[in-house]
Amino acid sequence: MDPTAAKLIGAGLACSALIGAGIGIGSIFGNFLQGALRNPSAAPGQFPNLLLGFALAEATGLFGLVIALILLFVF
Amino acid sequence: MIGWLFISAAHAAGVEEGGAHHAFNPMHQFIIHRYVPLKIFGYDASFTNSSLWMVMATTAVTAFLIFSMQRASPIPHRMQSLSEVTYEFVANMVRQNAGSAGMRYFPVIFTIFMFVLSLNLLGMIPLPGLGQFTVTSHIIITFALALFVFLGVTLIGFFKHGFRFLKLFVPSGVPIWLLPLITVIEIISYFTRPVSLSVRLFANMMAGHTMLAVFASFVIGLGILGGWVPFLFMVLLMGLEILIAFLQAYVFAVLSCIYLNDALHAAEH
Repeated sequence: MDPTAAKLIGAGLACSALIGAGIGIGSIFGNFLQGALRNPSAAPGQFPNLLLGFALAEATGLFGLVIALILLFVF
Repeated sequence: MIGWLFISAAHAAGVEEGGAHHAFNPMHQFIIHRYVPLKIFGYDASFTNSSLWMVMATTAVTAFLIFSMQRASPIPHRMQSLSEVTYEFVANMVRQNAGSAGMRYFPVIFTIFMFVLSLNLLGMIPLPGLGQFTVTSHIIITFALALFVFLGVTLIGFFKHGFRFLKLFVPSGVPIWLLPLITVIEIISYFTRPVSLSVRLFANMMAGHTMLAVFASFVIGLGILGGWVPFLFMVLLMGLEILIAFLQAYVFAVLSCIYLNDALHAAEH
């Protein structure tokens, strides 16, 4: 295979990290809403944890981006 | 329809790329320019736009804290309450995540938080004559910060607990046959901390600003007739990016607190 083509395919495949990030962010917000609707008075106290979990889950998707950039620009 | 607009915008940008030398490149904003070339012992120590933005950030934070606390009164005026809210926010974060023992290290966490936050927010503002630059979108900066946190936390752990600090890698209450595996995993996860901490911040800032540049190119590519559609989207994206700028500074500081907590209470596991 042409090395450039392999590089581009690899970079594209690295985008599959978004699958996990999407699942993670969805489950964080979904579970937060579930908990918040069951006990609305406890919800504001957990808001920082919600943002922390969101940022941590989103970062895993961005690790995929970093791999894509390494494939594109380093090799 | 929006999809068609994007496709035609990308096509327009591509046509321009083939024609002119001033091709649109979303990575152009990350280029480091040397303002004052300087070499110390063969190492490049030039004063770059990265340095300039760091100087601006530290000056802004210092000026904000000094001027807001001048003529401090028991009933805070507006600027004073702003800096008091900032202080309380970080102090609560340290107290909740690292316990009251962690309050000894409050100054360093506060410094890290304010430094990263001001760099992230300054990156959102295009300055006349200087352009726009985000210092935290360079991995060497975030990695140096993360390595500083990692080494500091490890040293604190060893000074406080001696070799009992290594109990951090051997969690109690684990079946004995699982212990070798768990210990290896714990050690690996401990040493990937600076990498994950730095890549998280760097990748967020870089991806965000690349995305902004790509959408901005759609505005130019579609012109006056269609450009307002991505332009409205840009306004929303800017709001998201400001949220991310704050959130990533917060996450960086919180994770530093959590690592500090591990080091301070390692022997109690």
